[in-house]
Amino acid sequence: MSDNTPILELQNVDKSFGPIDVLHNISLKVRAGEVLCLLGDNGAGKSTLIKTLAGVHKPTRGTILMDGNPVEFSGPREAQEMGISTVHQFGGTFPLMSIGRSFFVGVEPTKGWGPFKVYDRKTANEIAVKAVQDFGITRIDDGDRLVGGLSGGERQSLAIARAVHFGARVLILDEPTAALGVKQAAHVLRIVNEAKRRGLAVVFITHQVMHAMTVGDHFAVLIRGAIAADFRRGEKTREEITDLMAGGETMADLEAQIESYMDAHEGQPPPPAQ
Amino acid sequence: MNSLSLGQILRRPEFGAVLSFVAVITFYVAFGGVSLGTLFGAASWVNFAANLGIVALPVGLLMIAGELDISIGAMIPAGSMSIAILSGYYDLPIVVGMLGALGLGVLVGLANGFLAVRTSVPSLIITLGTLVAVQGLVLAGSVILTGAASVPLEAPTWAKAVFGQLILGKFQVIILWWFALTIVFAFVLHATRYGNWIFAMGGDEVSARNAGIPTKRLKIALFVLSSTAASFVGMCGAIQFNSAQVSGGMNYIFNTIVSIVVGGVLLTGGFGSVVGIFLGALTFAVVNQGIYFTDIDRNWSNLIIGVMLMAAVLMNNTFRQMALSYAPKKKK
Repeated sequence: MSDNTPILELQNVDKSFGPIDVLHNISLKVRAGEVLCLLGDNGAGKSTLIKTLAGVHKPTRGTILMDGNPVEFSGPREAQEMGISTVHQFGGTFPLMSIGRSFFVGVEPTKGWGPFKVYDRKTANEIAVKAVQDFGITRIDDGDRLVGGLSGGERQSLAIARAVHFGARVLILDEPTAALGVKQAAHVLRIVNEAKRRGLAVVFITHQVMHAMTVGDHFAVLIRGAIAADFRRGEKTREEITDLMAGGETMADLEAQIESYMDAHEGQPPPPAQ
Repeated sequence: MNSLSLGQILRRPEFGAVLSFVAVITFYVAFGGVSLGTLFGAASWVNFAANLGIVALPVGLLMIAGELDISIGAMIPAGSMSIAILSGYYDLPIVVGMLGALGLGVLVGLANGFLAVRTSVPSLIITLGTLVAVQGLVLAGSVILTGAASVPLEAPTWAKAVFGQLILGKFQVIILWWFALTIVFAFVLHATRYGNWIFAMGGDEVSARNAGIPTKRLKIALFVLSSTAASFVGMCGAIQFNSAQVSGGMNYIFNTIVSIVVGGVLLTGGFGSVVGIFLGALTFAVVNQGIYFTDIDRNWSNLIIGVMLMAAVLMNNTFRQMALSYAPKKKK
């Protein structure tokens, strides 16, 4: 599977907002049935990168390739139509709507004719529940339940199942485990594995190294808008990755630096980096 | 799965409204010495409920979609003045007057809607602006055109029969309009995809737009609907009472909001039902007008409304929590 052309590829992509450069020379590939983990601390440019992938921002320089052909998205809708789906932390779901209704928002199944086209609640509920259960969330069995009553992990799973059901080929998961407990996060990671097994290309954004290492095939560490490291599964240990994310220096080195600065400057902490 | 269990009834948005309705009537019977026969035979509160309810339906839908429209307070006199000036003062056919009244509603609704989708100003402020502006327009227009703030209107028989007669000598025909519109709105909100869009928009507008819902068009349509409905109520009033005044209508602003919230609609959007809005208007009318049938001094009615509003909101919050935390028992 991994030797065919990548579904989505970035080649030397730069993105700047006016004079501020946010992304420099980003090159990434993600293939079908592969999970690419994008690691980075806050402010490293992860969200800008996601938005560029999802068609919200246009790259200032560089190209985006889909199935080997250069593409330019006019907006998020077009990216979505081409099969790029973004699932955000709380997944575009509506807490006070039923599972069936929220699953089909915008594409409601109807029955009947003319002005009497009626929303087909039964079909909607059945399809939604089946789609989620196929992902291994068997606890969801009533499509009339409100989304807000689900746990964070179940909501994530519902959003992912929804994206897959409506034909996503590339799944961009924006910090799906950030707000979740250990058990819930494991839930979501299982869903990610299932999506991978089904041959989706997954871009998994996180700053939790443990979660990334559980499901990732390929890792890219983003520091100040540039890719600082790019490696495959098993090539680096957890400590090495954490240190990379902290800016390429080990935590121990950093602490020593601060201490020596304070010694030399009568206990003043160092000024913020330029 | 379709059978209604007690739990399912409890979780419906309008359940709180049913309780409020029963509680208010019980209160009047127990402490006001009112007889149920007199109360249900009386027309005053049903007439009141119908006028209020027709405005509350579209405003309630707007609230479910996450917006508010208070310009209805000015649209009611604007509707009655339009038809009275056109068909009463200028003697144009009644149909022209009706089109004028409803057309003004559409125009103001379009203005509200466009402002709401083009700017980031909250709809409360936008419609506050149009509320005052329409008020000024109607007063100035009426004085310039007719030289008076009150205009008589003689409607032909057929128009009176459809929009402004009394059935059995006391029930306004607008009650039938209210029933019919409730059925239409209930169908749209709960059985069509547009209803689903309204809920989605009120739940999370950005996600709704990302899911491909034309949120802007939908919002404009809802604003048009609410100001046209208000104009319609004003028009019917003018036909019924053979005259129109520039004042009045302001009470409707708070009355509709109270009855919608009592009806179980979430003020911030995303939750509610048409049956709830219907019952909310009915409950409000019983409190407001039913008090005349009791031994209670009518000055107390606002106190009762205030207490009822608080109680209803607290109750609705509890029921919403129950709905949220509901999970099938066997898997718990």
